[in-house]
Parts: sequence; C-alpha cells; structure tokens
Amino acid sequence: MSPNKLRLDHKIISGWIAPNSRVLDLGCGDGELLAYLMENKSVRGTGIEINESHIYKCVEKGISVSHSDIDSGLPDYPSKSFNYVILNESLQEVLHPKMVVLEALRVGKKVIVGIPNFCHWPARVQLFFKGKVPVTKGLPHQWYDTPNLNFLSLKDFRNFCKNKKILIEKFKAISSDKIVTLRPNFFAHSGLFLLSKK
Amino acid sequence: MDKNSVGIVETQYFTFAKSPNEMVLDSGDTLGPITLAYETYGELNENKSNAIYICHALSGDAHAAGYHQGDKKPGWWDIMIGPGKAFDTNKFFLICSNVIGGCSGSTGPSSINPKTKKPYALDFPAITIKDMVTAQKRLIDHLGIKKLFAVAGGSMGGQQAVKWTVQYPDFIRAAIVIATTTRHTAQQIALHVVGRQAIMSDPAWNNGNYYGKKTPEQGLALARMIGHISYMSDQSMGEKFGRKLRKKENVSYNFSTNFEVESYLRHQGDSFVQRFDANSYLYITRALDYFDLTKDGKLADAFTNVKSKFLLIAFTSDWLYPTYQAKEMVKALKINDIDVSYIEVDSSYGHDAFLIENEGQARLISNYLNRIQKESIDES
Repeated sequence: MSPNKLRLDHKIISGWIAPNSRVLDLGCGDGELLAYLMENKSVRGTGIEINESHIYKCVEKGISVSHSDIDSGLPDYPSKSFNYVILNESLQEVLHPKMVVLEALRVGKKVIVGIPNFCHWPARVQLFFKGKVPVTKGLPHQWYDTPNLNFLSLKDFRNFCKNKKILIEKFKAISSDKIVTLRPNFFAHSGLFLLSKK
Repeated sequence: MDKNSVGIVETQYFTFAKSPNEMVLDSGDTLGPITLAYETYGELNENKSNAIYICHALSGDAHAAGYHQGDKKPGWWDIMIGPGKAFDTNKFFLICSNVIGGCSGSTGPSSINPKTKKPYALDFPAITIKDMVTAQKRLIDHLGIKKLFAVAGGSMGGQQAVKWTVQYPDFIRAAIVIATTTRHTAQQIALHVVGRQAIMSDPAWNNGNYYGKKTPEQGLALARMIGHISYMSDQSMGEKFGRKLRKKENVSYNFSTNFEVESYLRHQGDSFVQRFDANSYLYITRALDYFDLTKDGKLADAFTNVKSKFLLIAFTSDWLYPTYQAKEMVKALKINDIDVSYIEVDSSYGHDAFLIENEGQARLISNYLNRIQKESIDES
C-alpha cells in the first residue's frame, strides 16, 4: 500500500514509530496498520483482536495475532517487551481503561493512544440543543448498539495522563482527514497521543 | 475420487532400535526392535526443506489422506491434506506415522515380543508422548530430513507437535497445534480412567492376554462410547440427534435402543472394536495422562529453548480440551518471546471440530504455511 492511500491516523502513527521496532497493536482489526508497519517500517509486529473474522484476515496478511479481548490479553506480555504499544480506536471499548493504559505502559516503552473525541462540536450541538446522546460521523453508534463503553474527550484523556503522571510526548488531533490545531477538544473528532512513563 | 485427493496410497514401514540398540524410553525401560507404519504424500524437494509431520490423535493411524486400494473411505484428515488443500501436497511433503504403542502397523502391545515370540500384551513397556516423538524423529533421520518445515496435529497429535518443538527445538520451523493442552487435567485423566476401567473389567480382557482368544470387545466399545461423548458437544449432539427416536413412534418403556443417540454410540463402539486393540487403548490413554510439559508447575519454563513459531487453534465448544488450556500455552509462549498466533474458532462441533470439514481451519493453516514459507525464503 502506498503511503498516500493510508488513513491519516495510520499515517501519523507510522510517522511516530522508529524503523525496526517491536510493535503490539491492541485491537488490531484486520491487521491493516500492522501490515503497513511491517512492510514500510520493518517492525516486528503482533496484535490482539477479539473479532474472529478479523483474525483470519490477519493470518492471511502474515501477521501474528492473538484472539482475545484487550483487558485479559495484555497481562500475558512481559514488561517492556515492545517499543510501541498501539491502542488506536480501542480504548473506548475496553472494560478497564485505566488498567489497560497502565498495562500498555508496562508492556511497551511507548504507547500510542487514538481516541474518538466525545466532545467534538457536532456532538455538543446534539447534546445541548437536541437533548440527544450524540450520533455523529465520528460517533456513529446508537446508545443501544455501540461497542463503546467509555465516553471521553481529548481533554479528559489529557487530565487522566496528568493524574497518572503519564508524559504526553506528542499529540495530533484529526477532523475529516485533516489535522486540527485550533481548539482540538472542540474541532477534532479524534486525537492521537504518544505516551511514555514520566 | 475428487481431483483434490492424493489418490491411492500405500502404508510403508521403517524398523529401527534393533538389538542391542533398543530405544530407551521415558520410563527407563527399553523397547526394540520398533517398527513405525507411515505414509507420505507429495514430493520431498531437493534440499528436503518442505517436510511437514502430521501427528495423529488417540484413535488415528498413519493413513491420513488418500485411499487404500479398494477402500471407499479416505484417510482421517483427507479434508485437510491434498493438492490445493490446507496442507497442499503440490508444495509440501507430508509424513504421518502410527504412534508407538498403537495397533495400526507400528509396534505396540499387540505386536510380537521377540523374546517370547508371543504378543507383548502387558509386557509392553509404558510409553509417553515423548517416546512417540523420539520414534518419529528416528523416521525423519531415516528419511534424511534435517529440519521439518512444520509439525501439525490435533488433540493427542497437538501434544506431539508441542513436544516436538520442546524436544527438538532446532528442528522445527513452525508448529500447528490444534484442540489440545500442555498437560492433562484431573477431568481429562478421569475420563480415561473410566475408559480403561471399562476395558479392564471386561472378563475377556484377561489381564491383557486375549490375543488369539475372545477380545474384550464390550469393554473397548464402552470406552469408545465414553470417549465419543467427550468429543462432541451438547449443541452438536442436540443438532444431530436431539431426542429423536430410533425407528419408533413412541418410547418403548424398556432398555432396548430407544433414542437415536443410543444407536449412534453403539455403532461408534462396535465399529471401533473392529479396528482397535484394547491394550493399545490402555497404553495410549496412559501416555496422554502422563503428558505434562510444566516444570515445577511452571509452563513458561518448558518453552525457554523453543525456536519454532506457533499457530494455535482451539474450538469454543470443545469441553474435552477447553480453550483456557490453549490460552495458558499462548501466555507461556509470549513470556518466552515466541511468535504465536492464536484463534478460538467458533464451532458447535466440540473437540471433534478439527476433524470435520472446517473452512476456517483450512484457511488459517494454508495462509499460515504460506507465511512461514515466505519468511523462510526471506531468511535464506
């Protein structure tokens, strides 16, 4: 795959990852990002994924993958066994997000977290003016049919990191395939954080 | 015969450990000479780098694929082995042998003891999964293969596959380990105890000395029936039989065969005694009971020297080898930084799922082998 066709979030993540690293992708889906990183950054990658049909696709792509939910799969790894642990669009779906982030920081030297921003402006509009739990492009699920367990904003995640003494080394916010620099917690539908332990 | 069959195959025999070089077993006893019945499918390439060892389960044999002359039924894993199948015989050279202790051509308790010129019966020494693998290694040496591309198997075959990686770490590129465990639990041993008791309490068993006389058919059939229950699942039995009656409109209020499931189990038991030796059943189930890779209770320590990559497959409805046992192995491999892929296939077929037409399993294996092949080319 050429870098041009790459999703913007994957492009940013790939830019943050040093070549020849060891990478664990938590909630790796069909392995698209890992396959790209293995080919273009020569990383040694592996993933955890809960969806069985995605596992077949990962194996087809030649990726090592474990069939598990993130909460129970993460403790299997020894400390600092990866250069990077990726939690892209998966943290909002885990049962114990605090434990998962701290575990990811134990298992990896650096952790990349990508989260949808539940306080993106269209969501705020729906909540404030319509009195509805938001359903937007970035948050497409109805309340009764959503994989999301945790609802947080970019600001909430920053506060969490501050409280837990986690260093945010890098940050990028995205809206509709564009980087957002102005008031990301209002204008961005998702954000990416590069974390390490202080 | 379909075009994806390996066609007509013949069993071959390899004899080793002749006196005075008998094989020393796990128990410390010796055994020899040992004959292994084996079959091969596909062509061994020039540098002998495309060999895959297929290990069979408790009641399996060397006949994994294709047809014996005149037979209507193919080998036990014919769905997986053949041209264009998961184990593609256009690319790979497959070897499958009957385990030692078995009764389908390899040396076992029904073989003639050279010292007495009579069947071994209970003079046959206890064997373990390790002994099975040691014997298989001798066959590989005999075939001139220096490194196996892969070793694969389900159930007891999976245990042999794992044992291969531990016992001969430099010898295995990849292991495909299906529906199995790294050690037998109390429940698994308990099921075997009942099976063995069924055989040993049959008067015809006669302390194992029944060769040339009436065989303990009833006991062995019962053991097989118990086994068969553990190979299926509540759901698969429900779907296959439910409460269907056998050639009846109503229950008959007596102990004749009322239900379809009764008839099925009886049939399984009766057909099994035609092809299996009761003493082999005792020895092989014992070998399974003894299987425990953990060292001082630690599984991770078993894999410290292992170099192969792993594909682990478990089935959601398998209650004989529940998925948690595969997960324990995944964890132990990860602790040792060993490359592993693990999948829990959603299936209602219970433990037997790996032997049943299974598109997911076939896809996984074929893609995984492609990957290992690509990586082996990149390495060289």
